[in-house]
Amino acid sequence: MNAVARRIGLTGSFYSAVVVLVLFAAFPFYWMLITAFKTDGDLYNLQSIPYWFNAAPTLEHLDYLFNKTLFLRWLLNTAIIGVCVVAITLVVSLPAGYSLARMPGRSAENLGIGIFLTYLVPPTLLFLSLSRVISWLGLQDSIWSLVVVYPTFTIPFCTWLLMGFFKSIPREIDEAAIVDGCTMLGAFIKTILPLSLPAILTVVIFAFTLTMQEFVYALTFISSSDQKPVTLGVATDLVRGDVYYWGELMAAALITSVPVAIAYNLFLDRFISGITGGAVK
Amino acid sequence: MTTIAETRRAVARRPRFLLDRAEVMGPMFIAPAILYVLVLVGLPFLLALYYGVSAYSIFDPSYRFVGLKNLDEVLESEIFWHTLWNTLLFTIGSQIIGLLLGKIGAMLLMKEFPGRGIARALVILPWAVPVSLATLAWKWMFDSLYSVINWTLVAAGLVDVANQPQWLGQQDLAFAAVMTVHAWRLFPFGVIIFLAGFASVPKDVLDAATVDGAGFWRRNYQIILPIIAPIVVIALIFGTVFTFTDLSVVYLLTMGGPMNSTQVLGSLAFQVGILSGDVAHGAVICLFMFPFLLVAVIALLRALRRREI
Repeated sequence: MNAVARRIGLTGSFYSAVVVLVLFAAFPFYWMLITAFKTDGDLYNLQSIPYWFNAAPTLEHLDYLFNKTLFLRWLLNTAIIGVCVVAITLVVSLPAGYSLARMPGRSAENLGIGIFLTYLVPPTLLFLSLSRVISWLGLQDSIWSLVVVYPTFTIPFCTWLLMGFFKSIPREIDEAAIVDGCTMLGAFIKTILPLSLPAILTVVIFAFTLTMQEFVYALTFISSSDQKPVTLGVATDLVRGDVYYWGELMAAALITSVPVAIAYNLFLDRFISGITGGAVK
Repeated sequence: MTTIAETRRAVARRPRFLLDRAEVMGPMFIAPAILYVLVLVGLPFLLALYYGVSAYSIFDPSYRFVGLKNLDEVLESEIFWHTLWNTLLFTIGSQIIGLLLGKIGAMLLMKEFPGRGIARALVILPWAVPVSLATLAWKWMFDSLYSVINWTLVAAGLVDVANQPQWLGQQDLAFAAVMTVHAWRLFPFGVIIFLAGFASVPKDVLDAATVDGAGFWRRNYQIILPIIAPIVVIALIFGTVFTFTDLSVVYLLTMGGPMNSTQVLGSLAFQVGILSGDVAHGAVICLFMFPFLLVAVIALLRALRRREI
């Protein structure tokens, strides 16, 4: 009897610990969700219990967000920036990762680590001088400045990720193609790339999400509302003076977060093995 | 005679020729990546160094050399030292909380239970979504009038309605709020890393230790920890760098206030360099991150090397 009580107690405390952890992690997202659909009268009412709807849910914040702000434009900007950054990243990182994986000796390893380390260089170290470089290039206050700058962190990360992947492809495959008369470039395109589709997909997802998460460069380079990516637009343009449009803000935050969260959950294991350099098999 | 010799040489030369080609192609494959990084990371870094010793500001874009004058002025400012101290405290504090919660979270999520997949997906959220948007949700939760946290505290009878804590308006509370958001953002990363680490510990090693009489703590600290140490170190370095150099959390939550009590290097550099247009002093403040980054890089290199052995 005592043993049964003990077990129930243990299971109970286990589940309550899980619940506390999940609540701590996810409550802000629940709060986004509920705020996005509450009427203003319900939001700014201290008398009622805030955890649930006290008035019927409303779509007015979504309506305002999509029809009276530049939200769709910001989403479009983010999509354009993301696609361009992914393309640049793939074109630069694929050959670099392959070359590092096939280069003999210690120097390739060192070069690879050297490129990876630039992923650690933070935007806050370089934003002042990069904004100067951007204006030399004539790109200030335009989404193209971000297209040019974001690959500085996606290329190092993705090159490292791809290098690890290419190392797992047996050398014999591309060597056989070369012996059969292919050039190195030909062997790479004809034999290695088709085998790399899962890795390429991972790179696409991560280059895109890293791009979506960036805030500092966007904040520094861009001031016109219609050039802002979604994270910047939501954070700066849905606040007028001292007035925060909380319903719209939370709706926008939620809509933008959901796809990123799904992508991360699906590709989590690859991200971890990328960041730890394949230490976890 | 000669024809045979020539054929032989041709046969011998063919793989050699290919090797030469690979030696040409290899660097050509990697050159774009290196160029990109050199032009858009290396060059701006040198420019930042020069800004630090120039009189450059948006009112006087002259690149006039003034030597270490900017550095002296920054070092003499009290706000700077306060900011550096804040940055260190935020970084160390959030790493410790993140590591502890990460370990606990991973130990909970390691067990098989119904709903584990959903629990894991929800726990990962803070780290997955864009930090600027998540910070906005916290700002709303810390709101001066409609804070859900305060509502709960009042409803529970813990604080008086007239005397509610002003999370972002009082110096100590604002500090705690920024720390909370950093730790909240970071701990899922810890959970994931520990989960991956635990999964990499060979089961037979653990079983053997249990049979030999090793208890819970002994298994944890003498077997599991040494095995997963390298990847935990790597994760810790990433966490440290990202928290130390953060700008978005402080910028969106408190703007460094009240009274600079939550100011960090990133936000101070932004205020001085961009908002006030004093690029030279802003650059000096930014560059103070560099020695810390260098330490992190060296630590990372050692961790990466150790992983191979």
